[in-house]
Amino acid sequence: MKEVVRMHHSEDILKLLETDSRLTSKEVAILLNLDEKLVAETIKHLEDEKIIAGYHTIINWEKTDDEYVSAMIEVRVSPQRGQGFDRIAEKIYQFPEVKAMHLISGGYDYLVELKKAPMRQIANFVSSRLSVIEEVQSTATHVVLKRYKDHNTIFVKDDEDKRMVVSP
Amino acid sequence: MRSFINKKVQTIKPSGIRKFFDIASEMEDVISLGVGEPDFDTPWHIRDEGIYALQKGQTFYTSNAGLMELRKAITETLSAKYQLNYSPENEVLVTVGGSEAIDLALRATLDPGDEVIFTEPSYVSYLPCIQLADGVPVAVPLKEENEFRLTAEELRAAITPKSKVLILSFPNNPTGAIMSKEDLEAIAEIVLEHDLMVITDEIYADLTYYDEAKHFSIAALPGMLERTVYINGFSKAYAMTGWRLGYCCGPEEIMREMIKIHQFAIMAAPTTSQYAGITALRNGDSDVEAMRESYNQRRRFLMHELDRIGLPCFEPFGAFYVFPNISEFGLSSEEFAMQLIHRQKVAVVPGTAFGESGEGFVRISYAYSIQELKVAFQRLELFVEELRARKPV
Repeated sequence: MKEVVRMHHSEDILKLLETDSRLTSKEVAILLNLDEKLVAETIKHLEDEKIIAGYHTIINWEKTDDEYVSAMIEVRVSPQRGQGFDRIAEKIYQFPEVKAMHLISGGYDYLVELKKAPMRQIANFVSSRLSVIEEVQSTATHVVLKRYKDHNTIFVKDDEDKRMVVSP
Repeated sequence: MRSFINKKVQTIKPSGIRKFFDIASEMEDVISLGVGEPDFDTPWHIRDEGIYALQKGQTFYTSNAGLMELRKAITETLSAKYQLNYSPENEVLVTVGGSEAIDLALRATLDPGDEVIFTEPSYVSYLPCIQLADGVPVAVPLKEENEFRLTAEELRAAITPKSKVLILSFPNNPTGAIMSKEDLEAIAEIVLEHDLMVITDEIYADLTYYDEAKHFSIAALPGMLERTVYINGFSKAYAMTGWRLGYCCGPEEIMREMIKIHQFAIMAAPTTSQYAGITALRNGDSDVEAMRESYNQRRRFLMHELDRIGLPCFEPFGAFYVFPNISEFGLSSEEFAMQLIHRQKVAVVPGTAFGESGEGFVRISYAYSIQELKVAFQRLELFVEELRARKPV
């Protein structure tokens, strides 16, 4: 018996790259039993379409000397005629201080995550940039005290193999 | 003082794995590819259910056969997945791992002198359990060219008037071999013809990787359910080795006797584990699928790596082992494994730990992350190159 090489499957490729973006096309092809050339072409296509929007590194800053803080801000807005949520969002996410931003259902409208910065800068951003936007009704700023898990990666977990070294 | 040791027990050889365990555990920076259990933690919701059972004070014995709710979950799962229909009332027994079920099945059925046919290389328990139950072990060495499947001819050749039980274990530890429905039909025909009983250890049933054919149980073939003890458990598929939870199903006449031994020797499987097991079966499908996909990626990676460094290996489609052929080096499996651990600090298990017919092979487990496997194979490659350079051409 031999495994038959499968036809391309973008979703499988995406799932795999999401866990390890450093895998080469060749490695992806081996792991998923796909044709290497096809994988390279598919990844190129996914990049062109901005489905793969970037390759980043997950850093546990708490293990460095860095003393900056990051913050999550709940933002409530009042959309105006001809100005949907997307237009207002743009006024916020265009700031380089914003690391991530989501429109969400529930008690408020946006969840805005700020890049790590000194506390004073964060306060400044909220008071002099965010709150002054016309449609912004209110904000609630939460300072991140500890990051347990990000991008499927648990920061506080020990990776020690607890198994016996050899077993039947 | 006289010796108090039972003579039968004295003749049983300790597991061949022990020696490697001792060496590997004393060395630093060893990369082990020798582990026969999943690297994943038990999925959190299953662990949580175990914790909840403790919080609620579920700290008492269960009935000997196990919690009825768990037995129902077992029979429903087997019916849906493998077309095996058992009654939860009297055809299921929850055991302390699949290993207990192997022991019970043999003890409940063997009389002194009964022959038990089992395939080799095989899991380390079958042979000693047969001996302890006064059976006569008849090993059938399986061949690499048959992809380590049992053929009808091999089985026929092993049968004598004293044959009583055939043990099958596919997907197989250590080879990773699987047997298809067609392969099993040929075996079942002979089993029926010679009125044999089958013990089928399908602990790796959920871990098969051949898309064209899902796992199939010999017990599902016509006339087989009433002469088969079916064994499975939670250790491999749900990454629950430490919970010690398995189960077996079979005809009431056999199960009744197995429960009798279990009742006196064990009483009941651990209660916490049984509650966790219910959740595993009811809500654990997606966890199994995610782990299965991970194993499959590693399996493909290892097949590619073996090919790259030129170690021949048939493509296995089950469990989480590959069983490459190392006979080109002129070393015994044990010498190969011993030199590998000393020179490159990589631990593998010599094929002979699983019976003499494992000579010329080593078992490599892929219950490790791709990163670990990458490093291990870099070392293995160096080792293999070194051996080849030394070999006179």
